[in-house]
Amino acid sequence: MNRNGILFWIGATLFLAAALLMTQVIGNQYPFFAGYVILQFVVLAVAWSILGGYAGYVNFGTSAFFGVGVYTAVFLAKAFGAPLAVQIATAAAIGALMGFVLGLLTLRMQGIFFSIATIAATIVIETTVTNWRYVGGAAGIQLQRPMVTAPFDNYVQMLFFVQALLVVLAVAISRYIQNSWIGHGLKALRDDELAAECTGVPTLRLKLVACVISGALMCAAGAPAAMYLQYADPSSAFNLNYSVSVLAMSLIGGTAHWAGPIIGAILLGATQQLLTVTISSEVNVLVLGVMLVLFVVAAPQGIIGLIRKVRRHRSEGEA
Amino acid sequence: MMPPENQPPLLRISALTKRFGGFVALDNVSVEIRPGERFGLIGPNGSGKTTLINCISGAFRTEAGTVVFRDEDITQLPPHLRTRRGIARSFQIPRPFKSMTVAENLMVALDFAVVTDQHASAAQRRDTMMSILTRMGLASKANVPATRLSQVELRKMELARAMATHPKLLISDEAMAGLSSSEVDEVLDLLMSLADQDITIIMIEHIMQAVMRFSQRVMCLETGRIIAIGSPAEVMANQRVQEAYLGT
Amino acid sequence: MFSFDLLLDAVAIGVLLGCFYAAVSLGLSLSFGLLDVPHVAHPAFLVMASYGVYFLNENYGIDPLLAGLLITPLLFVFGLVAYRIYYETFEKRGSDAGVRGIAFFFGVAFIIEVLLILQFGVDQRSVTASYIGKAWRIGDMRIPFRLLVAFAVAAALTILLTLYLSRTFMGRAIRAVAQDQEALRLMGANPIRIKQWAFGIATAVLGIAGALLIIVAPVEPTLDRSYIGRTFCVVVMAGLGSMAGTLVAAIILGVAETIVLTLFGASWAPAVSFGMLLAVLAVRPQGLFGRRS
Repeated sequence: MNRNGILFWIGATLFLAAALLMTQVIGNQYPFFAGYVILQFVVLAVAWSILGGYAGYVNFGTSAFFGVGVYTAVFLAKAFGAPLAVQIATAAAIGALMGFVLGLLTLRMQGIFFSIATIAATIVIETTVTNWRYVGGAAGIQLQRPMVTAPFDNYVQMLFFVQALLVVLAVAISRYIQNSWIGHGLKALRDDELAAECTGVPTLRLKLVACVISGALMCAAGAPAAMYLQYADPSSAFNLNYSVSVLAMSLIGGTAHWAGPIIGAILLGATQQLLTVTISSEVNVLVLGVMLVLFVVAAPQGIIGLIRKVRRHRSEGEA
Repeated sequence: MMPPENQPPLLRISALTKRFGGFVALDNVSVEIRPGERFGLIGPNGSGKTTLINCISGAFRTEAGTVVFRDEDITQLPPHLRTRRGIARSFQIPRPFKSMTVAENLMVALDFAVVTDQHASAAQRRDTMMSILTRMGLASKANVPATRLSQVELRKMELARAMATHPKLLISDEAMAGLSSSEVDEVLDLLMSLADQDITIIMIEHIMQAVMRFSQRVMCLETGRIIAIGSPAEVMANQRVQEAYLGT
Repeated sequence: MFSFDLLLDAVAIGVLLGCFYAAVSLGLSLSFGLLDVPHVAHPAFLVMASYGVYFLNENYGIDPLLAGLLITPLLFVFGLVAYRIYYETFEKRGSDAGVRGIAFFFGVAFIIEVLLILQFGVDQRSVTASYIGKAWRIGDMRIPFRLLVAFAVAAALTILLTLYLSRTFMGRAIRAVAQDQEALRLMGANPIRIKQWAFGIATAVLGIAGALLIIVAPVEPTLDRSYIGRTFCVVVMAGLGSMAGTLVAAIILGVAETIVLTLFGASWAPAVSFGMLLAVLAVRPQGLFGRRS
């Protein structure tokens, strides 16, 4: 492992240790409620960027993956009383399957047609779940949290730590992809799919890999949300806001580097948490819209792009 | 010097047909390309030249007919597997990887297309890349973003990227379109030097002088059919070619 | 439970509904179909126009259709400005406009939604006019007047736009710009101006379309979300940029929606447009009456 790799894993370990420590020493529940949501968005944004950033296929179906994750957990909890780990693992498997189908869609559609198709698929899935009585239909379903296991003394704290684990998993995968041949191939096909194919890049296989990983992570991130809210209903679980928020976070952070979506998700996620508490959820959506427009217009490469620009300026200034 | 005729063909296209809706772009085209040959492909706009190339490189699926390359039927193979078997191409309108530098453009080819020296170290592959760039006269541009290249440099980079896949057959699709006459000579010399290294080349070109100077054999397409094939002089003298292509 | 009469009813209502869908999709057929602008904010513009009509109707008692006509020039200018911003920030810079273009319009749609909520609240709003609420009876069939109004206006709008695109100089220029910008530039025309004009028209049409939207049913600020699927479905199914195709595709959608509604209930209705859209995209991306090969 090279120096960067060692640093990365030290950072990841410190992050997990801090998250675990928080659950042991902080008594107030609010930080975990807010922190959970931010971490969840980090996973979603990082996962989204694997397909949307590296491969350039703009998936507007984040809410479909998230919602299916939520309802996988709901179904497993209701039918079998399955534990959280099983819920997440099953959600990941279903997400991978959905991702595979999504990958096949890329065969026939590109650009905006792909994006529109993902929106369409989201609504179709949402409608299906709405009509599925067993999991509550349109009215939604109440859920009972099971007993929490040590070392946690509160279920939300445990969910917080679980989401932190998912963050490390997602970021590690995304970072690996960026630095490996998969990432190089995705970058080539994002620039020009036919040219990539004719240069020897197995574009379909790479797109399928990206879609499957991205889908599995997004579904996994959604699964704990059922127990977090102790409630699920289709119009919240499949809300278009998830898709647009995650897209905004990735674009605001910048998709050229694995750290971009993390920065974007923390920034936008924290702002939204703050606004929801202090003002209202409407203003929240307004901020999302304004930030999205501002960034795509003024800083198309996101914060990562801005940082690189500043660095380049500085190095040119010194030279 | 003409390659010997008794050798098995490098590429054998048999009864190839390609339709777009009701429009027949290629109509029962059969041709054999010999190893080491310099082959010119001409024809008026819309005659099916680029379609034929797309069928050879795998960008299009064909309705009927077969493409056999080095005794292997590749008709059903996707483009990247054809590239790995040794078919490389350039594009009529250059298609660089825009977010990458010239060097990175070539590294895509070296990372993905070259099967034989998969275990070559990163340093070795970088050397290969630099030697190709040097041969193409692009060594000084290695770290320049592809978007900053001039037209002729883009054409050369496309050829360099194709070369980096270690092809047996290189298809050049109007690599000289839009270039000045001195630049045309430059690219033509490049292609000639590649042909000397045992690479078979199919060249599509509108600039007649270039095709005639370059090719050992020339084929002329019109509305998806072969109307003439033979030595440059023969094809030029063919009356149908003159009617169809030169519009006289 | 299910009878032939019921089906006939559904088809009749579906055709009228379809004409209404055509009216709200025509603008998108221009902006997305002909100009390739990924205009996902089109339905948000539409809902915004409806609120304009509501405002005039509520405060000054102006007939909704007349109100729609009154705000048309405003919308036209709004469209010109919107395209200019889009062009300067995306098309001019060239690469990657698609991805960020969609994001841009989604952002705009969200901003419009929230501004409408802040101004008018989250409640449903409707307009009053003499023809709203009455119905026309043929035997057992009951056809609401408001759908008939929508039908008549939509048909007129489709014919007018088709004539505009085929008979006037500017209309032909718009169709030319969709096919070959370079050729147009060589002829001395400025393709950007023409596209800007076309986008203006596409937005102006929303005055009447917005009036129809609020005549047919009450509106709320987030109504645009369910129209993203409907309008894009119609335009993609129509084959990008065909006005007559838009009408036919919209009628197919209208009939399909009403039949599903009758057979399976309202909860399945949202899946119809999106399901059809998905099927069309997967099977025949160039649309049923496509202009592209």
